[in-house]
Order: sequence, then structure tokens, then C-alpha cells
Amino acid sequence: MTVVDQPTSRSPAVPPRRLTMAKAMVEGIASEMERDPSVFYLGEDVGAYGGIFSSTTGLLERFGPERVRDTPISETAFMGLATGAAVEGLRPIVELMFADFFGVCMDQISNHMAKIHFESGGNVKVPVVVTSAVGGGYSDAAQHSQCLWGTFAHLPGMKVVIPSNPADAKGLMIAAIRDDNPVVYLFHKGAMGLPWMSKTHRALGEVPSEAYETPIGKAVVARSGRDVTVATVSLSVHHALDVADEVAADGIDVEVLDLRTLVPLDREAIVESVSRTGRLVVVDEDYHSYGMSGEVIATVVERDPSLLVAAPVRVAVPDVPIPYARALEQAVLPTPERIRAAIHAVTR
Amino acid sequence: MAFATSEEVLEAAVCVDLYRTMVRIRSFEERIRSEYHADKSPGFDIGAGRIPGEMHLAAGQEPVAAGVCAHLRPSDAVTATHRPHHVAIAHGVDMAKMAAEIFGREGGLGHGRGGHMHLFDPAVHFSCSGIIAEGLPPALGQAFAFRHRGGDDVAVAVTGEGAANQGAFHESLNLAALWRLPVVFVVEDNDWGISVARPASTAVASNADRAAGYAMPGERVENNDVEAVYRAAGRAVARARAGEGPSLLEVHTLRMWGHFEGDPQTYRGDLATVEDRDPIPHYRDRLLEAGILDEGSVEQIAADAAAEVERAVAFAVASPEPDPAAATSYVFA
Repeated sequence: MTVVDQPTSRSPAVPPRRLTMAKAMVEGIASEMERDPSVFYLGEDVGAYGGIFSSTTGLLERFGPERVRDTPISETAFMGLATGAAVEGLRPIVELMFADFFGVCMDQISNHMAKIHFESGGNVKVPVVVTSAVGGGYSDAAQHSQCLWGTFAHLPGMKVVIPSNPADAKGLMIAAIRDDNPVVYLFHKGAMGLPWMSKTHRALGEVPSEAYETPIGKAVVARSGRDVTVATVSLSVHHALDVADEVAADGIDVEVLDLRTLVPLDREAIVESVSRTGRLVVVDEDYHSYGMSGEVIATVVERDPSLLVAAPVRVAVPDVPIPYARALEQAVLPTPERIRAAIHAVTR
Repeated sequence: MAFATSEEVLEAAVCVDLYRTMVRIRSFEERIRSEYHADKSPGFDIGAGRIPGEMHLAAGQEPVAAGVCAHLRPSDAVTATHRPHHVAIAHGVDMAKMAAEIFGREGGLGHGRGGHMHLFDPAVHFSCSGIIAEGLPPALGQAFAFRHRGGDDVAVAVTGEGAANQGAFHESLNLAALWRLPVVFVVEDNDWGISVARPASTAVASNADRAAGYAMPGERVENNDVEAVYRAAGRAVARARAGEGPSLLEVHTLRMWGHFEGDPQTYRGDLATVEDRDPIPHYRDRLLEAGILDEGSVEQIAADAAAEVERAVAFAVASPEPDPAAATSYVFA
């Protein structure tokens, strides 16, 4: 795994720490709560439980119930509360337990949190971080498995960050909290390193202990390659890296571009990579149509269609709800098998 | 639970202030109405003219804004609705910048990005939302922040009777009560959710009854009576300032004009009685009878209001149109 944007100074005597993505995320939150008393966390089961997906483990014990607040199951009320508190100078982090629950509070997110700065002509800032768990792969079916980052990214006024690894989980969290805009921070359940869910071996990674920001709006080359660019985010970065290792044996040199941020999208990084490889696969665990995969391809084509020597290929969820049965779900997710087939197709 | 009742006689200065606020609001709304329609004829094109778009005016609802906001200071927050001007004026929003925003000008509160349903004046912690009941949750957050930093500032969330059937309303009442937030919920019952009469939308006779479901006091003020609003709001604001939690106040008020300008109101059977129910002449006559106002002071208040509105509109029309090249500004800080 390639990790960048870390501070370079580290005592050689200190062995590198390896944390799960969940622990790295919590470390980012805690370091900002320590530094800035205006930061607080609210949401469902974020207190004593520590977050259903371990997004807040230990925070209640450390910072107390005033700053780590369990809410009623009233997403509209507490999402709006976060907006109002931010308008008055606090820096709330508000958790939407599953991104799939956006439907019960999207008015507060899209029509209020994300539009107030614009509607006020820049006179009112809304520094909120919305954290939410995304992704499938464990048979949680159609209402608890979606990624939906394309939905948040489509609507103006929110930044959207999606860490794939522990170091970025911490750095993007700190950057999100310090940002003066609404930032939607989406963490994949399968990348958190949860002990009760099948996980990628890369859910554990080196994380600097000091505070640092991973810049919002900057993609990173997770693996350099000459033959094809695989642009993706979140858990699919790990699948793409796994496949890249495999197809290297077939003589295909894959570059994996971890976009990390969808808003603002690092279009230069996409164009730069494709200008070297000439081939593009976009892997997106969100729905196929009208989303991230189309946007990435359009970014290249609008700049210069001649950069592509082969038609680009998308690996996304075909436009169906996520099925329950394991075989059906695996058939629609962007699995390593589908990614491998796409790489072969585009390099044929 | 109910408020303790007290029917103390208000000081004359308070009465005059209430009256003056109502007149200032009416003067503004009448002028906006006139400007709005000035260049939309012949015919009516909602997107045409110097003030384009939907226009929801609040004539008749002045007693709510005047009675509630008389208890507030600039550091208190107020969230209002798609029909926000009366509340904005009563809470001290800059009238000139508000007018400029309504005219879609660069000098407006939102540099022309917001429009009349999206007014934000951070100097007095004022905002409004065009989505029914969705102004309540942000008010909770403002109240939360006020309590967090100490002091006794409060947040007032104004909404209509139609909003009391929205989920956001109920979620907000529960959360505010649960966390004992310094919030006052104000429901303006103007009898109409656009064209749907209140009995066709609402299962309870008084939305104040719903307060019992959230363990907070609820009170309904009848007859669009500004002094009764003032007293009831005083109790609710005092309770919030004292850290005792939220209250719910419903006021039976009057929508004198259409839901929006251009609304033919063919659904409305009570139009013939509207003028007689106008709260401002009624209150003026009461104050004249009580000797609190005389004809001269009535004229002076009207003249001052007209002059203030004239200055605001002059500022608005003198302000430049926003530069189309900057249409994408302000999405992010």
C-alpha cells in the first residue's frame, strides 16, 4: 500500500504503528476534540456502544456525554441540529449510521447544510462533518448496503471524502473537521477492520501518531503502473490492488488511482494517469448510471478523447438494488473477478 | 401542562412598540406587493419583472412576529419560513439588505443568491427556510450552541400550522425537550396550508395540545391578539432563558392575501371578512381608545415606517445586479 501526505519526521527508534481504519478514524476525531473544544460528535449509538461500526470507540469515556452524544432515532432533527450548531460556531461531527438512511434526513443535508453558505452569499459558514457507513458484501440487503457517494457528490455544497486505508482515514478526518464546509465522510464497513466482518488485510495499516491532514481534493497513486489506470475509491481500492498483483504475472502493469475525494474531484490526477497508461477502468461500488464512473470517464474524454487508446470500462453495481442472497450480491458488487475481467478487456 | 396565566396590563411603551413593529411590517409588505406586481402586467408571469419568483407575504400575521420578537435581543436566534418578512423585520434584520435580496441584487443579504425565502442575517442570528418545518432542526442546533457557550440566549423557531403535521416538527419537539434546549416553537395558524383548510389537514383542534406529547408547555392564543401573543411569548422565552426547556406557542392568525402573490384564492370562502379582521386597525383603535396613541402619533408612526421602507427599496434598486460571471461563487467557503 502506498501512503502519502504523512509527515516525514519520525524517530527511527519508534517502530511504525499499525491500526485498523476504525481506530485511525477515532484517533483523528480524538486528536481534534482534544485540540478544539468546539468539536463534538452526535448520532445514534455513538456513546456507550462506540458506534455500530466502531467509529467512536472510547470517545465517550474520554470526552464525556456533553461532547459525545447519543441521539434519538430522529435523523432530521439531529442532522439539522448539527447545522444550527455549526452556524453558531461549533464544529459538529454527526453520524448517519448507514448512508442508506439518507432518505429520512436528506432535506437537512442537501437543502440546508449544503446550501446555506451559498444562499447567504458566503456570510454563513457551516463546518459540519457528516460521517456515514457505506458498502455491502455481508448480505445486509438493499437498505443497508449502498454506497451512494454519487448521490451526495451530485448535489452541490458538500465535499465528499472516502478514505480507503487507516492513514487516510485519520488524515481525511482531521482535514474534514478543520474544513469550513460540510464534508461528507464515508467509511466502508468492510475496510474498517471490524472483528465481526470479513475484511481486507489492508484494513490494518501504518498510521503516524501525530496529527496530520490528508488534503481534501487530492487523489493518490496507490500503485504505479504503465498499462492501465484503475480509478476507484474505498474498499474497491483494495480489490484493485489485489488484482493488480495477480495480473502482474500476466505481464499487465496496473496503476491504481485512489481518488479519496469525490468533491472536489482531482481531475488532474485522473487525466495525468490516463495520459500515461492510455487505458481506463473505473471501479465503483455505487450504482452504474449517472454516477462516479461516468464522471471519471467524462473527465478524460472532455479533456482529450485521444488520451484513450481503448474504450474505457466501468465496473459498478448494475442499476439494481443490492440483493440479499450471497450469490446474488456477489454478482452485482465490483468483485476482484469483475475487476480482473475489466482489466483484461481493456488491455486486450 | 399550561403556562401560568397573567393578564397584567402592558406598559404604554410596549404597546406602542408592538404597534409600530406591525405598521413597519405592513408598510414593507404593501410596498413589496406593489413593486412585485408593477411590471408583471398585462397578464401575470411569475418569473418576470424586477422582483421575480414566488412571493409569500405576511399581511395579517404581524401580531405573531411583533409579539414574539419583542422579547428577543440580537444575540437570540430566529428561524422563519417561506413567509419570513414579518419575522425578519420584527427581529431586526437589516431591512435595506433584505429588500435588496428580494430584488435579487448584489447588495442583498445573500448577494442575490438566496431570494426572499432564503434570508440570512448573522448579525441577528436570523435565517429562514422554504421547506415546511425544516427550519426547526437548525434552531435546535443554535440553542444547543448557545447553551454550550453559556449565557441565556434562546432560539425561536417559527413555523405554520401545516408544519405541525411534518415529521421534522415532531422530531424537533422531542429532541428539544429531551435535551432541555432553550427553544421556543411558534406555530402561526393562518387557517390555510396553501388551499387546504386546517380542518382538512389537522387532527387536533389546537396544535398546542401536541406539546403534552413532548412534556413541554403548550399554549394557543386566539383572535390574532398581539398583546396576548406578547404575554404568552414572554412566558415561553423566560422559561427558555431560565434553562427550563422548550415551549410551544400557537397563534391563531390571519393570512390576508394569497399563499403567494398571484394566488387566485378561489378555494377561500372567508375572503369577504378578511378586511374586517385586519389586526392593525383593531389594535390602533384599542390604543386610541386607551389614550396610548393619538391621531398625531398614528400618523407619525405610519410616516416613519413609509420613510424607512422607501429608504430600503431605494437602496435595493440602486444596488447592482449580480455579475452572471460570478454565478458559481459561494458554493464553498
